[in-house]
Amino acid sequence: MKKIPTGWLLALLLTLCFTLATVFVPRVGWWNAVPRAADWNKAQSQSDNVFKLLFGEGRRLFANEMFVMADVYFHSGYYPSMFDRQDTDRDVADPAHGQADDSDSTSDDFLGPPPDWLAALERQFVPNRHTHLSSGGPSGHVKEVEVQEILPWLKLATDMNPQMIDSYTVGAYWLRRLHKPEQARDFLFEGLRNNPGNTELLLDLGQLYLDDFHDTNKARNTWLAALRCWQAQDDNAKASVENKRLYGAITMALAHQAQVAGDWLQAIKYLEMVKQVSPYPDAIQKQIDEAEKKAAGGQ
Amino acid sequence: MNTIWALAGVVIKELYRRKDFYVLLVLTVLLTILAGSVVFFQDPNIVRYIKDLCMFLIWISSLLIAITMAARQIPAERENRTIFPLLAKPVTRGQVILGKFLGCWLASGAALVVFYLFFAVLTGTREHYWPVLDYVQAFLLQWIMLGIVTAMTLLGSILFAAPSSTVTILFIVAAGILFLGRHLNTVALHNPEPIRSIIYTIYFIIPHLELFDVRERVVNDWGLVSWLACGLATLYAAAYTGLFLLLTWLGFRRKSLT
Repeated sequence: MKKIPTGWLLALLLTLCFTLATVFVPRVGWWNAVPRAADWNKAQSQSDNVFKLLFGEGRRLFANEMFVMADVYFHSGYYPSMFDRQDTDRDVADPAHGQADDSDSTSDDFLGPPPDWLAALERQFVPNRHTHLSSGGPSGHVKEVEVQEILPWLKLATDMNPQMIDSYTVGAYWLRRLHKPEQARDFLFEGLRNNPGNTELLLDLGQLYLDDFHDTNKARNTWLAALRCWQAQDDNAKASVENKRLYGAITMALAHQAQVAGDWLQAIKYLEMVKQVSPYPDAIQKQIDEAEKKAAGGQ
Repeated sequence: MNTIWALAGVVIKELYRRKDFYVLLVLTVLLTILAGSVVFFQDPNIVRYIKDLCMFLIWISSLLIAITMAARQIPAERENRTIFPLLAKPVTRGQVILGKFLGCWLASGAALVVFYLFFAVLTGTREHYWPVLDYVQAFLLQWIMLGIVTAMTLLGSILFAAPSSTVTILFIVAAGILFLGRHLNTVALHNPEPIRSIIYTIYFIIPHLELFDVRERVVNDWGLVSWLACGLATLYAAAYTGLFLLLTWLGFRRKSLT
């Protein structure tokens, strides 16, 4: 074999050194400045500056693609292309939005029967079954931890568009499912830094404090902050269906918290607020009646 | 057969004499390691995006190596006038074509082995899991696909004026087939006649290179493709490779060398 010229080797080594330096120097800086390992993500969130530098505001266009990539990974590559019938619903976000993680659904069987022999042969070489990573993936025996594979795309989506709330909430949901509440909290914090006073993020953060950190005080305070932020919005924003849903969820969480604490008067107050926006006011009224009975009994 | 092997040997030597392969390998390694050095949510076990990127780079690199190598074989022989002493020996034009094809195909295969070794080591060290048979199958299918591309490029080098135009056109064609090939039937069904028939004809005529692309399966751990399907795909590739080599021979047979 012909000997590689020394100049080429030198150039290669220089490239390698420069590349490694770009990787390690910032890390060493963070290690020195912030000894907590958890701050790695905090420092990394600054990377949106890199994307901003590269793509400007145009980076927001890519954010949705990154979110779609998370959904593609969630389906282990079985995903409709731009030429197939597309469902706007993203399965990766369903559990985070309180919907069932329906991995057996056949509604996403976008392929249908193969139209010709070539298509039939091709299907042998591509992912050809609707599965979810959360329920075993293609082999059916993949552990739930495999869901972690969607996380880089959600992080990139937030780096591309820091105002894309869904990426934070979905990412935090899956981090919680992966038993990483600290990372979920940090991710929601990052979302709040980029979207101060966002009610959806505050609602999720409160739930995280309650379920994973068992800190009822922090949970209640966060929900109260969410309620204040919601009330500070203008009337047009409050009137939207999504905002009404959020209002209902926040006040319901506060009502439940008050019920657990035995503060029935406060619970009734919050349930009255829920009733204003709930699609099932009769059911809420029943809860109010029960709370009133308990409040009367307590007194 | 010895003549064909001798011609192929010269082409294989060219692979490690030229810098293309080293540059592409170093770029693939550097980009993959850079991507792998990013830790998301303090989880070092997240690996599929690295596998995805590495596989993508391997496909781009192998296509570049196969196309650039095959595109310059016959034009370089003509330009350097080495084709005359070569054909003055008891070597037929058909043997030249076969030797060049075999050399380019084996050289691409050798390069692909190195790329796949890197891929296997990278993913193995991250996942602590070695699905060797999956990688071997992915390698074989990709190598078979490179056979079609190499034969197609040799035909292009006979048809087009300069190696640069052959490389550009073949790269666009290969990328076009890989990205759009499998969707042409869907596109055809959404169009009225006669466009539907035209698109469907194109769909059946083009060599479906994407048939050999099992990246999604490897990245997402779908397991092995049935060997029967692989056998059918190999026959499909052999038919196209043979057809392109035949067309190259027919074109080269009548081509003036001066």
